[in-house]
Amino acid sequence: MRQPPVRFIALLILFALLLGACGTTPAAQPTAAPAPEATGAPPVAPTDAPAEPTAEATQPTEPPAATEAPTEEEFVFGMILVGPTNDGGWNQAHFAAAEYAQARLPGSRFIYIDKVNPADRPNVQVEQAIEELINQGAKFVITNSAEFADGTKLAAEAHPDVYFLHASGDAVLTGSAPSNLTNLMGRMEYGKMMAGCAAALQSDAGKLAYLGPLIDPETRRLVNSTYLGAKYCWENYRDQPADSLDFKVTWIGFWFNIPGVTLDPTRVATDFINEGNDVIISGIDTTEGLVEANKASAAGRTVWAVPYDYEDACAQGEDVCLGVPYFNWGPRYTEILGDAMEGRFESQWEWIGPDWNDINNPDTSMIGFIKGAGLTPENGALLDDFISKLADGSLNLFTGPLNFQDGTVFVADGEVADDLAVWNTPQLLEGIEGQSAP
Amino acid sequence: MQIQDAGGQLTSRTTYRLADLADYLARLVLPFLGALVLTTVVLLTVDVAPLDAYRILLFGAFSTPIRFGDMVMLASPLILCAGGLTLTFAAGLYNLGIEGQVVLGAIAAMIPLRLFPDLPPPLLWMISFAFGAAGGMIWALLAASLRLGAGVNEIFAGLGLNFLASGIALYLILGPWRREGSASSSGTALLPRELWLPTVGSLRLAPLAPIIALVSLVIVWWVLSRMRWGLEVRAVGLNGAAADRLGVPAVKRMAQAMAGCGLLAGLAGTLQVLGVFHQLIPNISSGVGLIGLLVVLLVLARPIWVLPVAVVFATFTVGSVQLPLTLGIDSSIAGVLQGALVLAALVSRGLMQRRRRA
Repeated sequence: MRQPPVRFIALLILFALLLGACGTTPAAQPTAAPAPEATGAPPVAPTDAPAEPTAEATQPTEPPAATEAPTEEEFVFGMILVGPTNDGGWNQAHFAAAEYAQARLPGSRFIYIDKVNPADRPNVQVEQAIEELINQGAKFVITNSAEFADGTKLAAEAHPDVYFLHASGDAVLTGSAPSNLTNLMGRMEYGKMMAGCAAALQSDAGKLAYLGPLIDPETRRLVNSTYLGAKYCWENYRDQPADSLDFKVTWIGFWFNIPGVTLDPTRVATDFINEGNDVIISGIDTTEGLVEANKASAAGRTVWAVPYDYEDACAQGEDVCLGVPYFNWGPRYTEILGDAMEGRFESQWEWIGPDWNDINNPDTSMIGFIKGAGLTPENGALLDDFISKLADGSLNLFTGPLNFQDGTVFVADGEVADDLAVWNTPQLLEGIEGQSAP
Repeated sequence: MQIQDAGGQLTSRTTYRLADLADYLARLVLPFLGALVLTTVVLLTVDVAPLDAYRILLFGAFSTPIRFGDMVMLASPLILCAGGLTLTFAAGLYNLGIEGQVVLGAIAAMIPLRLFPDLPPPLLWMISFAFGAAGGMIWALLAASLRLGAGVNEIFAGLGLNFLASGIALYLILGPWRREGSASSSGTALLPRELWLPTVGSLRLAPLAPIIALVSLVIVWWVLSRMRWGLEVRAVGLNGAAADRLGVPAVKRMAQAMAGCGLLAGLAGTLQVLGVFHQLIPNISSGVGLIGLLVVLLVLARPIWVLPVAVVFATFTVGSVQLPLTLGIDSSIAGVLQGALVLAALVSRGLMQRRRRA
């Protein structure tokens, strides 16, 4: 009946707590050095950087609103982010967009809480975080993750005097949203088709690997889009038979790495490389796919990567980056927030595509694709040709015949899938290796 | 050191009551001052006015009814866990498996909710709490049997079972219990609204949670300090072999203490499901077991002190949510303060020990 000393127990517990604390940081670490010039904002290294300093820093870029500002009430808008603001992906794109909107909306002030997820903030629920933003005066709250669907709805019902935007959600579409809640999403399907095409153009082995987050209709339709883009370019520009293209997806279980809960994306990426895949296409919020491809490339292997979400994502491995499909939320956020400031808020489900005149126009295009340094000029030209076909509508990749993994028909021969069918994609397509979770 | 503490309570309850009180107070005040100094240094190094931070940490949770409700909903499972841990602490056991017992409680609580969603909610809640308590208890008895039967130290048995428990939770969330059409480690689908524990107005405060926590704590206090059973458990904790020779069934008492702790942890897990998250998530315990261990390191085997200390710890955590927004510092400073408190308590206890010996 020995008694282990209390000190030992204390050490163990502190160790466990430390482990817990450390465990949550890696999500931010691989991306800790975003290119600051991208957002035009000051470098925001600490992810919990206060909202105020950044607000002050961007104010000088605003037109002097001295005549109106003192009389007008300040319009505070808040954002709840699922990951850190500097993840080089999904969350950074949202953060940059909010700063973009703030700079263009005189009298507005942006506040936020990031890393709202059970690993980083175990005792904080979305509704609670939203409550804090409203306590700080927020009149408009943007939530940026599919995981926030229920919490955003609850908060919107509890605060009918505050406007809510749930990015990537479809509560308005399904009719379950209160009237002060709106939905916004970009048609990343196009960006993913470009990503798949770039991968197929550059791949030697014809073995493409997709680093998937969790499985839901959104992630399934994005994997399908990537595959369709890859297959088209493999067949039509590379003149290879479709069945010689390997396309595999591995899901880690969440939008980013949570040690002990998700698969480790770094590990998955190295496995991809060891299995002989020569392009890693990322579908997760963070940049492990690119980082690992970069390492393997430095070690003498030929591996390319296509990151995701954020326009500057290639910065973490320029030479192996084939390009990045990204969201540009700023322009539409600015419009929606501006309308709300003037009392014109509309609850709607929006799914906005690229500005086909210039998909990389920062002020008009919701979806863009920036080519990476790794893409050869010849392949770049072929990709441009592919994009032009998407742009003029002569090519719709969701045209039948398309079958699901289990052999059932998704789109019959000669027909075209409508928006709802694509939005609610229930399965991966035939030809893709990986779990569908129908 | 805890041998002398418990011994003092056993043998000299009346004679030294005043001295004990002064001792208790010194033990609470000194660590608090020590922790404040430590945390202040941390705050100063990141250039934050410590008074502002303390105002938020200490009083932030009481600034609005919503925050107060959130504090209560965090303190309730914490009280259950820490209360349970005073049982195992008294028995000289270190139940580091409490996290896993919370998780198993939550999993078990989900079973009736999934099987019989059509039962009247009050009945379903009762079944769910019973399942949760049983789940936590079974998990604790597993650790106890590894200790008592196979001689595996309960610390390591508990830690191992923690991993196993979260593995089971993850498997269920990504597998059989996943949301229709998706597979995400973010959690199972939300429970139907009518199955959520009823709350006060628009707050997230479910009055049943603190009621269950406080009643449980009173029972723990009663059995530990007013019943022969508690005396025997303490005796086992002091010296199991000696107690055994004097006719106390030591093995049985240890197993019972573990079972009691697991039961309370299971109730905490059920509260997390029914009252807080309304779904099963991988991190369903949200660390209340670990924080409960910190609380017990401060209060040792004295259940009365669990209430104030657990409330203070919950206050820090809920208050800290405001830190990044108002002061621009990470909310993990609450963890620093909690850790510093425990550290300072251990140090001051160690110093007193040395003085007494000298």
